[in-house]
Amino acid sequence: MLREHWIALRTLALKEFLRFIRIWVQTVLPPVVTTALYFIIFGALIGRRLGPVGGHPYMVWLVPGLVMLAVVTNAYANVVSSFFSAKFHRHIEELLVAPVPNALVLAGYVAGGVARGLVVGLAVLGTAAVFAELHFAHPGVALAVWLLTSVLFSLAGLINGIYARTFDDISIVPTFVLTPLTYLGGIFYSIDMLPPFWKTLSLGNPLLYIINSFRYGMLGVSDVSLGIGFGVIGAFILVLAAWALWLLGHSSALRH
Amino acid sequence: MKALEIRRLRKVYPNGFEALKGIDLDVEEGEFFALLGPNGAGKSTTIGIVSSLIRRTEGRVRIFGHDPERAPVAAKRCLGLVPQEFNFNVFEPVEEILVNMAGYYGIPRAQARRRAERYLEELGLEPYRRTMARNLSGGLKRRLMIARALMHAPRLLILDEPTAGVDIEIRRSMWEYLRRINAAGTTIILTTHYLEEAESLCRRIAIIHQGRIIEHSSMKALLARLDTETFVLDLRRPLSAPPPDGDCRFRCLDPLTLEVDVPRHRSLNELFCHLAERGIEVMSMRNKTNRLEQLFMRLVREEPGGGSDAA
Repeated sequence: MLREHWIALRTLALKEFLRFIRIWVQTVLPPVVTTALYFIIFGALIGRRLGPVGGHPYMVWLVPGLVMLAVVTNAYANVVSSFFSAKFHRHIEELLVAPVPNALVLAGYVAGGVARGLVVGLAVLGTAAVFAELHFAHPGVALAVWLLTSVLFSLAGLINGIYARTFDDISIVPTFVLTPLTYLGGIFYSIDMLPPFWKTLSLGNPLLYIINSFRYGMLGVSDVSLGIGFGVIGAFILVLAAWALWLLGHSSALRH
Repeated sequence: MKALEIRRLRKVYPNGFEALKGIDLDVEEGEFFALLGPNGAGKSTTIGIVSSLIRRTEGRVRIFGHDPERAPVAAKRCLGLVPQEFNFNVFEPVEEILVNMAGYYGIPRAQARRRAERYLEELGLEPYRRTMARNLSGGLKRRLMIARALMHAPRLLILDEPTAGVDIEIRRSMWEYLRRINAAGTTIILTTHYLEEAESLCRRIAIIHQGRIIEHSSMKALLARLDTETFVLDLRRPLSAPPPDGDCRFRCLDPLTLEVDVPRHRSLNELFCHLAERGIEVMSMRNKTNRLEQLFMRLVREEPGGGSDAA
């Protein structure tokens, strides 16, 4: 039984991996182009006039935030679009009629999201290397944050995909929630630069902890404590995983 | 052993519509079974519950003795489903769809590829193995769904209108294929709007109407209930008036075409003698309507609130 479940999980994960690789022009290339533009505009043109941030040139300081921006949006987008599309075209029924437990369905889709988070993250890092020197002060921390963030936003994408009834529903969260939170989560600035009120408000943004934890992994500097960063990511993963699992078993959007 | 056993199955949808009103159904292992009913009668809801796509409100379902809710893995392994609507990823190549489906059932990739090879060959899909599913014709898509349902070698195969919208040649080749896999031991449950298909393939039948099973018997016993059969005869020479009735009732459709209702107790030999005595030569004959269709319409109309929009 365990071996059969492992084969089922591998099949779903491979299918999800091949899905985004097959359309790499839509999935992997755009973040590379966007990152290059960010480096040209914010790093080379504007950043040259700025002094060092956190003891690093602005161009170097930008890298972790831009990698996390790509990881967050791509892990989310991969799962929400794939799952909603499977629901919309009804091929999710292939999984529902097969002896695949809900936990494996969840794990398979999350694996696809994590794979895209890793591939796109690597592509963005490669682009960053053209413009700035890459540092890995604590590579283990950087890798752990990278993986856990991909898991977290894959889970969030899955939940959105289960609830979504139209294609509009899969773009609302990324556009109106994720993007503002990510941009305000300290990609382009340190919260030490903010007035006290905005600094305190920023501490309520979970993306701040993710971006800063990854920045600690790469540059060894962070606006927040690493322990709190991992705590926030871990807590969100547990809550979202339980929620997604419950939805897979009970949502009327999947089974009447 | 029973391939499928359903007891007092009810389904009430959230909007209050009671799609199934406590149905009982038995399908024995090895049978080729027809589940017929008008649109909205409850066929697809029944199939949905059996295949775990719809939750039941009440009642019991067993697939080869396994409850799909309590023992989903064992129950699902026994079952293959060919749904009414295309439900594969149209952006995947044909072979990948088959191999992935086998993977969901825990079949190793190398073995899955061998099985895919076999079904691609048997169902005439071999030239399209690398074709994106969206580029297949309607008939090929239907065959792909059959191949996909067979990948894990199910003991019970449920086909929900498998030949809808396919041309007669493909339909007949699919009938032949289904006969073969049934003969090889796979139990088959078929829903169809082509009653000729059900009559030709199935040995037992259930008719569902307004959420209730109104008939559940062998095809032979059901057809034996027809008291008359209507034939259309093409004549060699024109007739000015129909021959006298006797036991059979004749109607002239045009000077060269005669329609006749033949009671069950009269043989066709007697009919031909009756016509020959009057110098009427018959060049060819055919059934006016399918026999099962006649019975189906009668049974559905006899039910309270009967009448249907389609067979």
